[in-house]
Amino acid sequence: MGFEGIGAAVKRREDVRFLSGRGNYTDDINRPGQLYAVIKRSDRPHATINAVKADAAAAAPGVVAVYTGADMAKDEIGGLPCGWQIHSKDGSPMAEPPHPVIAVGKVRHVGDPVAVVIATSKQEAKNAAELIDVDYTDLPAVATTLDAMKPGAPEVHDGVAGNMCYDWVIGDKDVVDGVFAKAPKVVKLDLTNNRLIPNAMEPRVALGECDPSSGDYTLWTTSQNPHVIRLLMGAFVLHIPENKLRVVAPDVGGGFGSKIYHYAEEAIVTWAAGKLKKPVKWTADRSESFMSDAHGRDHVSTAEMALDNDGKFLGLRITTIANMGAYLSTFAPCVPTYLYATLLAGVYTTPVIYCNVKAVFTNTVPVDAYRGAGRPEATFLLERLVDVIAHDTGLDRVEIRKKNFIPKDAFPYQTPVALQYDSGDYQTTLAVALKNADWAGFESRRAAAKARGKLRGIGISTYLEACGIAPSAVVGSLGARAGLYEVANIRVHPTGSVTVFTGTHSHGQGHETTLAQLVVDQLGVPLSQVEVVHGDTSKIPFGMGTYGSRSLAVGGSAMVKAMDKIIAKGKKIAAHLMEASVEDIEFKDNTFRVAGTDKTKTLTDISLAAYVPHNYPIEELEPGLDETAFYDPKNFTFPGGCHIAEVEIDPDTGVVEMVNFTAVDDVGRVVNPMIVEGQVQGGVVQGIGQALLENAVYDSGGNLISGSYMDYAMPRANDISNMSVATENTMCTHNPLGSKGCGEVGAIGSPPAVINAVVDALKDYGVRHLDMPATGPKIWSIIQAAKPRMAAE
Amino acid sequence: MPATRFWRPELATAYGKKGSEMPQVTLTVNGKQHTVEVEGRTLLVEVLREKLGLTGTHVGCDTSQCGACVVHVNNEAVKSCTMLALQADGTAVTTIEGLAAADGTLHPMQEMFREHHALQCGFCTPGMVMTAIDLVQSHPEGLSEKDIREGLEGNLCRCTGYHNIVKAIAAAHPLMHAKAAE
Repeated sequence: MGFEGIGAAVKRREDVRFLSGRGNYTDDINRPGQLYAVIKRSDRPHATINAVKADAAAAAPGVVAVYTGADMAKDEIGGLPCGWQIHSKDGSPMAEPPHPVIAVGKVRHVGDPVAVVIATSKQEAKNAAELIDVDYTDLPAVATTLDAMKPGAPEVHDGVAGNMCYDWVIGDKDVVDGVFAKAPKVVKLDLTNNRLIPNAMEPRVALGECDPSSGDYTLWTTSQNPHVIRLLMGAFVLHIPENKLRVVAPDVGGGFGSKIYHYAEEAIVTWAAGKLKKPVKWTADRSESFMSDAHGRDHVSTAEMALDNDGKFLGLRITTIANMGAYLSTFAPCVPTYLYATLLAGVYTTPVIYCNVKAVFTNTVPVDAYRGAGRPEATFLLERLVDVIAHDTGLDRVEIRKKNFIPKDAFPYQTPVALQYDSGDYQTTLAVALKNADWAGFESRRAAAKARGKLRGIGISTYLEACGIAPSAVVGSLGARAGLYEVANIRVHPTGSVTVFTGTHSHGQGHETTLAQLVVDQLGVPLSQVEVVHGDTSKIPFGMGTYGSRSLAVGGSAMVKAMDKIIAKGKKIAAHLMEASVEDIEFKDNTFRVAGTDKTKTLTDISLAAYVPHNYPIEELEPGLDETAFYDPKNFTFPGGCHIAEVEIDPDTGVVEMVNFTAVDDVGRVVNPMIVEGQVQGGVVQGIGQALLENAVYDSGGNLISGSYMDYAMPRANDISNMSVATENTMCTHNPLGSKGCGEVGAIGSPPAVINAVVDALKDYGVRHLDMPATGPKIWSIIQAAKPRMAAE
Repeated sequence: MPATRFWRPELATAYGKKGSEMPQVTLTVNGKQHTVEVEGRTLLVEVLREKLGLTGTHVGCDTSQCGACVVHVNNEAVKSCTMLALQADGTAVTTIEGLAAADGTLHPMQEMFREHHALQCGFCTPGMVMTAIDLVQSHPEGLSEKDIREGLEGNLCRCTGYHNIVKAIAAAHPLMHAKAAE
């Protein structure tokens, strides 16, 4: 056994299972007598449902039932709940229109469920769904973020004037306006953060079952947070008490945020299983994923920075319009507010900030958190703005960043937008990244590329994020309808092996390995004797799940706390067995020792005594060695760092080639460096995807144009090249591990680095800004448009 | 250099040739022969997952883009979502379940994926590994990084950013060809 504790690049324990086809994903599970659900979805962006004619479908071979929204209404099924309430600047609560599980009266986006067909085979259910005739009257639709607020725009929900969900602000407008009025210089930038579709490789699946004898329900679902689904679906939608509802999220094939939310299909199969007393399974086709998984991003913003003549930032003023889609997804309202505007200080000392966010409804799929969630939008805006400031003022883009960095001796640092950063060292991550990317040698590479007829550019992004979500009281005061602590149960078995029950969920992050390493570190138990269990509400006390890079910072901290309790109890047992005082017992490397003596007991001695309490302080201590802890974080964590992208553009085609990517991130304490590297690499490529390839496109009538992998450009292996990933860490000061989180940094820091590089490559063409994605045709058009002017010069 | 071929006319078999109402296909999967009844429209992946319970082969899309369903048919990588079961009649199919030795020893490609952390959620992994093996097998002369990246054109991964997958395949190449030379 080599070193397996914190800091060891232990190979993943889940890999053999996944590599040999023995993963257990939701669609791999089949229950006896199982029926298959197929959802009939709206093909209209916005329409009144006059009638759902389902007789032919109901009579089709194999069909067991066809249900519509009216059937759910008869059973008093609630709408899908929203987990976060934002208040507008005038104090009024956000508009929160009903979100029926199956559409009632109207459909509001392409993909909105209209009916469900349940049959003995998936093929029969599909055939029958084709026979459902929905009589619609089309209504005018609004699809784009900017169109939603135009006077006379179609209203997505009756009574929601101007499609306005909320009109929210942070910061003091008068103060910021005052700074701008006096500022020597103001730089302004209009920009868009493109709409994305998360596209976890495993499509969503839900399998509901109801035991007819007990009335107990089980839902297997592709979720990042089974307890949250149990709470939301049980309490708000189906009215099933939690003791009667088990939610299992087994192996889940990627999430990236899109599997946080409580979706209609989970409620449909669970409800139908109860009605039919048979298991009901729904498996999404990829085409359905495109039109029913929550989308991400979709902001349109105007940003202005006031600065002095030396390039020191004096104030930041921003207006953003954020697209919510047709309904409020579970956490949608918090994304463009508390996960976005609170990040607008970034790594800079900007003293005053004002941001106004208007969230609007459109006839599109709901938009919610997608890897980074709000923080990529803030980072793209800020890091593009800094480069545009450099462009407009002639100041050096690295120097301007350095000049405005929060110095490393300024922590804890209170920003003007609510957050208090605990630690960081932005000069160091910048310096290491510049070195790793050979920034100094770039101009010779640019010249060499030019000699080959290529346009080479380099771009930088110095970013910060807030994750480790989140202190419950803080988020509660900001509108969250949940607490965001995490839960761990540590069970030391009689012979000293350990099972960890964690409320976090692994869908690619490698928790079965990383979380076990924490036990190796703290209890000294070898990795082979530690098991990690997640994803089943019947086994795990409670949990809020995995998102917002919280599993280690919050879930790992809960484990530390539970193991502290194990050690504290173990010391009492050891004191009894070794006839010493508890205060004299030390615990280290799996061994309890009477301080200063050679009297020792191993953890196994203690656990055996705890479960076979013959010689045991039974008057004072309960038997057993099994402890649970709830950990509520004291603050967010604040990873940050520097990303540098280097690109080459072929001027004849406009195609951007990624030639180099350098990331230097501060993620706090690293438990498994191999996994951290992998998380950053994956996040960076998602960011490169956003910057160069991906775009969810609706036509003006509300039809999703990018509705398959033929039309939505996912990054492929040959779209990227080598990248260098490193960490330069400062410790989180307020959790016991010092960890900050690494799941989202890649997707947050990278998009502006890439676009800054593309703009740099095109600097001779007079390009000041370019919105994502920087596709070949877009760049080719810019080059063509600039040609006559350049020829004339 | 496509690692997968979508249409394999030489594998196609006449519908219902065995004279029964539901046509039967006989295929050898991971060394074991199976005869199953299928519909004309039944896909090879449906036979593998639903009739034979080999759920290691995954379905990630419905447009033949993602490659999560890649298996080997007569030793070549094929997207099993894009091949009718009838076309697979008489063939030898290898799925991810059939790669490791009987004693559990992983195939060198599986081992290198583990060694280089070339998987995260594991969903694209079976197809990725099957494609990678075909890619390496069909290029004994060696593969550059660019060759590997282009060879993965038909496989999507959302977790890893491909970096470690490329490394794993490069590392598996000498191991596989050394083994083949034994």
